[in-house]
Amino acid sequence: MSRRRVEPLVWLMFSAGGVLAAVFLPILILLFGLAFPLGWLDPPDYDHLHAVLTYPLTLVVLLGLFVLMSVHSAHRFRYTLYDGLQIKKKRTVAVLCYGAAIVGSVATLAVLWVLARGS
Amino acid sequence: MTDLRLYRPRVSTWWWTRKRSYLLFVLRELSSIFIAWFVVYLLLFVRAVGQSEAAYQRFLDWASAPWVTVLNVVGLVFVLLHTVTWFNLTPQAMAVRMAGRPVPAFHIVAGQYTGLVVVSGFVIWLVTR
Amino acid sequence: MAERIGLRVSRYRPDTDSEPHWSEYEVPLRKEWTVLDGLNHVKNEIDTTLSFRWSCRMGICGSCGMNVDGEPKLSCGTFLTDYEPGPITVEPLANFPVVRDLVVDLSDFMAKLPRVKPWIIHPDDGRTVEPDVEYLQTPEELEAYKQFSMCINCMLCYSACPVYGLDPEFIGPAAIALAERYDLDSRDHGQRLRLDVLIEHEGVWGCTFVGECTRVCPKHVDPASAIQRYKLKAALQTVKAFLLPRGAR
Repeated sequence: MSRRRVEPLVWLMFSAGGVLAAVFLPILILLFGLAFPLGWLDPPDYDHLHAVLTYPLTLVVLLGLFVLMSVHSAHRFRYTLYDGLQIKKKRTVAVLCYGAAIVGSVATLAVLWVLARGS
Repeated sequence: MTDLRLYRPRVSTWWWTRKRSYLLFVLRELSSIFIAWFVVYLLLFVRAVGQSEAAYQRFLDWASAPWVTVLNVVGLVFVLLHTVTWFNLTPQAMAVRMAGRPVPAFHIVAGQYTGLVVVSGFVIWLVTR
Repeated sequence: MAERIGLRVSRYRPDTDSEPHWSEYEVPLRKEWTVLDGLNHVKNEIDTTLSFRWSCRMGICGSCGMNVDGEPKLSCGTFLTDYEPGPITVEPLANFPVVRDLVVDLSDFMAKLPRVKPWIIHPDDGRTVEPDVEYLQTPEELEAYKQFSMCINCMLCYSACPVYGLDPEFIGPAAIALAERYDLDSRDHGQRLRLDVLIEHEGVWGCTFVGECTRVCPKHVDPASAIQRYKLKAALQTVKAFLLPRGAR
């Protein structure tokens, strides 16, 4: 292969994001999306949660999680638009979808950076 | 076949409603929307924790609003659909061999559910201790 | 068991019709009759103008693919009694242009198949293979590719694949399964050549793992598995190409 190919690498990120979403999201949503806000479980003590989140390993894991899940959902949604809505402007769709993933990744970096600096 | 007029059928926009397997496939693909939502939701959560205890409390209050709760419940259902279908498809997507023999699909699926349980247990422990 | 069953067959005459219409027939409902038997009864006894492909009538030639009640099937392996009381809708294989009645134009697949080089490719190190020395394979080496070698090119998988229906550029399930069949063959040395074809956008990447191809395959080839394995292969090759210096590739 002489040309650099992006599609296989995007697919690899899609797959990694899919595994992470499958394994991490159920418990994260159950806890942070439902149990804690609705009071099924007592929300964690703020200082403890802050300490856990600012731990360097947590920041690295969260970075990987959010970036790869963003790519996963963008990649999947792109093909859903092709096959579901039969949108023919394929390049536009690809740019919008991966563009959104890039925005998500930048936002992730920004949030985690502020979190890390403030700790 | 120079003058032959081939009939080319058009694919309906609703092709995916015609068969149960197609419908399940599209629902599985639509889980991507909810995964994107949860990335946003969790990012907002992390940001709130980074700001202050008051921001954390405000976020929890906001998250208990009916529309957020409904969205999270629906989203959780779709995420579980993603998890179950992803685990079931993995044996078909990868030829896993151990000690020179192919690993049976059941083991691969069971291994993934084990991973799910371990990760979930770890997160619970990490957050509630 | 009733004595007769209805067949609702799609008809299309290129010289007079702008689109297909239905013809209704009644055929004897015999326990051992297939849709193919029903169609042959129609052609022999009722309407000789009906056109359809068939050959071996035992599920090995791949000629008689058509959509029965919306599902891609080999008509020679689809029993009338399974559809009682009927009527049974018989249409040409979906996702292909219709030539006439139940006959479809397969030239797209015929053009795509050679692109994956579905034959054993010898190493080009100058050695010629002595014609009277056979390749010996162990049972394990045969097992590695045997499942994918069962493909009879019946095109049911292309008919079931929504991606192929929406994007005719997609090279399709059978072509990729056959590429995998040769890649996994210990006698073959053409992996690189096939990868160069399938790593293109219209190669493996259009596939969204719907899995219908595997579900409808009458020979249990599992093309969906071949495609996902190929994606992983292509991705790992790309990573290797990025990481290793030019000379080592």
